Amino acid sequence: MSIALIVLLPLLGAVFPALMMRLGKNESAIAASSVTILSLVLLLTNIFAISQSTVPQASWPWVPQIDLNASFFVDGLGLLFAVMILGIGLLVTVYARFYLSPQEALGRFFAYLLLFQGAMLGVVLSNNILLLIVFWELTSLSSFLLIGFKSDSQEGRQGARMALAVTAGGGLALLAGMLLLGQVAGSFELTEILKEGEKIRSSPYYLSILALVLIGCFTKSAQFPFHFWLPHAMAAPTPVSAYLHSATMVKAGIFLMLRLWPVLAGTQTWFYVVAGTGVITMLIAAVIALFRDDLKSILAYSTISHLGIMTMLVGFGSEMAVVACVFHVINHAIFKAALFMNAGIVDHETGTRDISRLGGLASLMPISAITATLAAASMVGVPPMNGFLSKEMMLEEVTHATAIGVAWLLPGLVMLASVFSVAYSLRFLLYTYFGPVRNDYPAKPHDPSRGLWLPPACLVVLAILIGLFPEAWAGSITRLASDAALQSKSPKFHLSLWHGWTPALMMSIFAFGCGATALSLYVPVRSIWNKALLPDAKGLYDLSLNACVRLARITTDRSFNGSLHRMLFLFVLAASALGGVVFARSSYERGERELLPINTSMFVGWVLVIVACFVLAWKHQSRLIALLTVNIVGLISSIAFIYLSAPDLALTQIAVEVVTLILMLLALHFLPKEAINEVISWRQYRDIVLSVAVGASVGFLCWAMMTHDFQSISSYYIQHSKPLGGGANVVNVILVDFRGFDTFGEITVIGIAAMAIYAMLDGMLTGPLSATLLKWTSGLRFSPNRHPMMMVVVTRVMLPLAILVACYIFLRGHNLPGGGFIAALVVSIALIMQYMASGFAWADERVHFDYHALIGGGGLIAAITGIGSIVLGKPFLTSGFKYVDFPFIGKVELASVSAFDLGVFLTVVGGVMLALANLSNLGRMTGDGKQ
Amino acid sequence: MNHWMIFPILLPAVVAPLIVLAIRNDIVLARIFSIGCSVALLMVGGYQFGLASDGVIRTYAIGNWSPPFGIVLVLDRLSATMLLLTAVIGLFVLLYSITGWDNRGRHFHPLFQFQLMGLNGAFLTGDLFNLFVFFEVLLIASYGLMVHGGGGATRIRAGIQYVVMNLTGSSLFLIAIALIYSATGTLNMADLSRKIHETPAATQAILSVGGALLFIVFALKSALFPLHLWLPGTYANAPGPAAALFSIMTKVGVYSIVRLFTLSSVGLEWVLPAALATLMIGSIGVLASRSLGQQASFATLASMGTLFVAISGSNSMALSAGLYYLIHSTLCVAGIFLIVDLVIVKRPGFGDALVESPKFPYQGIIACMFFAFAVALSGVPPLSGFIGKILVLKSTQGFPNWHWIWLILFVTSFVGLVGMARSGSLLFWKCNTTQLDVALFDSNNPSPQVNSIPSPVASSIVLQSVAIGCFFALIAMLSVFASPVSVFMKETAEQLYDSQKYVDSVLGKDK
Repeated sequence: MSIALIVLLPLLGAVFPALMMRLGKNESAIAASSVTILSLVLLLTNIFAISQSTVPQASWPWVPQIDLNASFFVDGLGLLFAVMILGIGLLVTVYARFYLSPQEALGRFFAYLLLFQGAMLGVVLSNNILLLIVFWELTSLSSFLLIGFKSDSQEGRQGARMALAVTAGGGLALLAGMLLLGQVAGSFELTEILKEGEKIRSSPYYLSILALVLIGCFTKSAQFPFHFWLPHAMAAPTPVSAYLHSATMVKAGIFLMLRLWPVLAGTQTWFYVVAGTGVITMLIAAVIALFRDDLKSILAYSTISHLGIMTMLVGFGSEMAVVACVFHVINHAIFKAALFMNAGIVDHETGTRDISRLGGLASLMPISAITATLAAASMVGVPPMNGFLSKEMMLEEVTHATAIGVAWLLPGLVMLASVFSVAYSLRFLLYTYFGPVRNDYPAKPHDPSRGLWLPPACLVVLAILIGLFPEAWAGSITRLASDAALQSKSPKFHLSLWHGWTPALMMSIFAFGCGATALSLYVPVRSIWNKALLPDAKGLYDLSLNACVRLARITTDRSFNGSLHRMLFLFVLAASALGGVVFARSSYERGERELLPINTSMFVGWVLVIVACFVLAWKHQSRLIALLTVNIVGLISSIAFIYLSAPDLALTQIAVEVVTLILMLLALHFLPKEAINEVISWRQYRDIVLSVAVGASVGFLCWAMMTHDFQSISSYYIQHSKPLGGGANVVNVILVDFRGFDTFGEITVIGIAAMAIYAMLDGMLTGPLSATLLKWTSGLRFSPNRHPMMMVVVTRVMLPLAILVACYIFLRGHNLPGGGFIAALVVSIALIMQYMASGFAWADERVHFDYHALIGGGGLIAAITGIGSIVLGKPFLTSGFKYVDFPFIGKVELASVSAFDLGVFLTVVGGVMLALANLSNLGRMTGDGKQ
Repeated sequence: MNHWMIFPILLPAVVAPLIVLAIRNDIVLARIFSIGCSVALLMVGGYQFGLASDGVIRTYAIGNWSPPFGIVLVLDRLSATMLLLTAVIGLFVLLYSITGWDNRGRHFHPLFQFQLMGLNGAFLTGDLFNLFVFFEVLLIASYGLMVHGGGGATRIRAGIQYVVMNLTGSSLFLIAIALIYSATGTLNMADLSRKIHETPAATQAILSVGGALLFIVFALKSALFPLHLWLPGTYANAPGPAAALFSIMTKVGVYSIVRLFTLSSVGLEWVLPAALATLMIGSIGVLASRSLGQQASFATLASMGTLFVAISGSNSMALSAGLYYLIHSTLCVAGIFLIVDLVIVKRPGFGDALVESPKFPYQGIIACMFFAFAVALSGVPPLSGFIGKILVLKSTQGFPNWHWIWLILFVTSFVGLVGMARSGSLLFWKCNTTQLDVALFDSNNPSPQVNSIPSPVASSIVLQSVAIGCFFALIAMLSVFASPVSVFMKETAEQLYDSQKYVDSVLGKDK
């Protein structure tokens, strides 16, 4: 449990400093450091167990389906990294408290910092490799927030995005690698995986795993060619840089390579890829560092260079190299954090980090100068600093390594890098602190407050202690960590300052001399460097990203051009293609039904439909003709229904055709009379071919359907309509009873449609489009006699008659063709006629109810009818009917479905009339109506 | 007979007309009724989810007509999950909309409830034609919500395209139903499942074409390549809450595909290329977007692609991965569209366009919410997007070319992440130092002197944050309880592939 808490404390505790910020900066810093200290204490309680060679573990299942478990363990390697993360984290917290200005959101800063700290701890303490990925990506995300903390600055934002893209992208590769690794190893727990080295190295997936894992490690640890994000991450506030680029973020990659060393290392590929990348990175970064002027930038490239050293050591594959790497991890974290903090102090006190504007600070800022000198000495590797020890160990290992059969190749390259390393370190130190005092510093330099210089001073003291008494101060932790990294007892070694006149020492001295000489030649070398055409990694990155975005925009804009035509084309194409393929691949035989003879009237109808369709396609620009031809097709369908003995359908179809025709005619008034006439292009021919093909296919499918006999459930309806449904009209019984639920849905649709139109027009008339609409006139000349007397009289006489007919149709519906739907359409037509004949205003004045109420009421009646049966213990919409003898009238069937049908009636009338009212509203509001 | 089953349909079907009939002019009452209804739906949804988790498939014969002759509702694990998800999305989106969206046009609440009715009906029905009816209900209500509150010409234009595409789809739906009916003589899904294998060779092609066309219809609803073109325009131009609610609508298409293709035991392996294409197009669009709404829409498209990759696995493991991802993607998309809307409201004059703007009110908190949802949506750890993606990755390993699928899934993840980081840093970090002049842009309150009405720009966002926070809480729970959820989804998928059990439960064993 306690191991999980080490990780969870900072993650959960991240809110405290943010909250405590309300009390003040100190309280916020205390909250942040308390969390860190607590976590550190928890961690240290495990030391005893680890030193006894046991590995404390804690595990809970999270998503066992994907082998993702919340399992943690802490061994020597994890302990070392966790101590560094927490220890340096604590110093950074103190430092940041005094570094950040009062205007900056310190609370938020500490919250991000703790999040990052928790994520880093998760990386080094996870046992499950997928959990490790989770934390790995969390470090990317939280470092994104930290690097972009100064969100006002362009560099901050770009640096943050670049760091996220590179490290999170690498994280995805790592995820793929880990998934493969887990599968090959048969377990996703590191403690198990580390035992399966043979199996993994001999697996066919070894190379894929290696490539993917290394991409993850190299991106995180800024190895060439992924190194370019790190210098740009320097846009972060200096405490962040001191933290991320000394002990934490960039060490994650090294950590993982050390962690997986027992299973992945030891092959030729590993050696060449890892050690090769390390050497190249070490050399390139050291060279670039010499030519940087920003203090943090110099340190950034120096960090890359040192990460290269560590990568190279891991890559060697020898056990002693791993020990050297572990030791260098410790030393680098200490001196680099101190140097970053020191650079921050210089920036803070002088107002600049530009080395060309600095110099001679030693006498003005003596404390800072001493810490800087000692830390830089450690970076160069001057005795008695800790950096000297690990550098000697590194050089010692290099002399044993042979690449591509050339013994001097690696030592030569490393020597070269060392020369540059000495040069840039000396330049960093001398050009900042030594030389003549200047009088043009942006601010007056003096030593900072204790809060700022103490944290680096602590680190420097530690560096000296390790340098002087390496066995006492770093021996056991290095051994523990190396044992854990190697998963076996590490070779015997003894850390000490003096090893005698070894080749490594000679190399060191030689490099030092050369470096110092190189620096003395700096001015001419610099001018050559400035003239050289060098690839700019950030420029390339920006260029390629911008090119990607542009390409993405072009393709997206091209494909999503908002053309409805294209959407429909693809839809029809997809449907016909899939339909065609499926048809071709399944069995089909001709239908066996006998064909009916063609009679004249049907033939005429058939010809009419075809002609109408042709006219529609040909003259579709004229909306009126289009509407009329569509209606011809509709009317002929209703005739076909009559011919095929479906009077209900025919009645409905005719009524629907009439209503829609009238409403559409009214709507056409507001539309341009002609659609845009497109230029004939190859697209139209393409469309003609496609539509002919689709039309023919649908025609064929209809033919196929109608020529085959098939068994269906309809016989049940015909059989049970009267006895069980209580109605002789089977169509009506299906509509209101057997499948009344469908009807219930459909009347809802009609109601919603009318309401949606109402809401839309209302929105248009009150929204930004209203000005356009209110000014709009159709430009048509109206007849002076807008309400002819003849029509007014006829329609008013017809109204009661129509209502009577509707009542008749409604009542007889259950047994004979008719029903609520048709009755509603009849009433609607009669009412629409009033509007048309006598004018919208006249009709509106005489309507004393709102059509909304009709829709709502109708829907409610239908629903309540259905609920009635629930109350009686039957399912929703269960029908009941009873024959009752009424005096004078006789036997009458009382059926619950009549009430349902009434609901249908009301909703449909309401829906149609509301649609009409919408149009009339529009007509009265626009320019035409106001004339 | 368990009458609870009809409630998810009936409740909104009663409340919506009631609002239209009696309280259409009183927004406060309408809000109370609407929220009340949604709360009740959530409770019923939770109850039914509990019921269904015992694995028994329950049926409800409407009108007491036994299937296959009458319409039957079927409650199994999948439909219960979808009902609960709909109820959750409905309630939280509604909570968000009552902060003002609902009052920008007429009939928001009835349309909203009708939309829920349509969704619930589609998830419950066991009848193919009834499914069509509920598709119509939910679509027609969505047309209304799409153009709710007016809006400029682009919204109307996008709305019309949406209507035309869906009406075309509906026509094809009818043709498909006719074909299937003519080959099997039935509309009941369970009955269909049985009759499919009894279809004579002579008419098998008709049936297959019917099935293929049905797939096209559902693929259109779920914006599968090449029927994806309508989605970005529609979602980006719809009002925020409507777009958030639409997140479940694309899933109706997926639901229908899953339902019908498991029942008919037809594999979907051939969908994979289209799924991958959808995923890639969506991710490219995320990178290319010029507004946050557009980006969210393309992210939606990408998530549909991922979902279809899982479904094309055509086995219960892949399907369960897909169902987990479906829940994740629905919650994420709903949340992100609410955030987009919040940005539009608080950034007047700039809207959600990805351009530099002055600082705007509540920038910090909106940025936090965007960050969280962007993380979830792009599938970066530790949220459900990551878990869902790994589930999908693992489920694709059965494919012969799985490494290509992995490559595409990883690269698209990366592209999406880069795109979202770009837009987030532009929108929330890259700000002019000048403060946005609130009074200048206040539409409700043209004269700065009268300050009685709080301006929408400056007004607090407590309720909005709560609504979005609820979505995030659900995503967090989905991540933490990924294991039980995924166990449930496994059982759901197994239940779906056991089509015989479905048939027996609906039609009885003896038949």
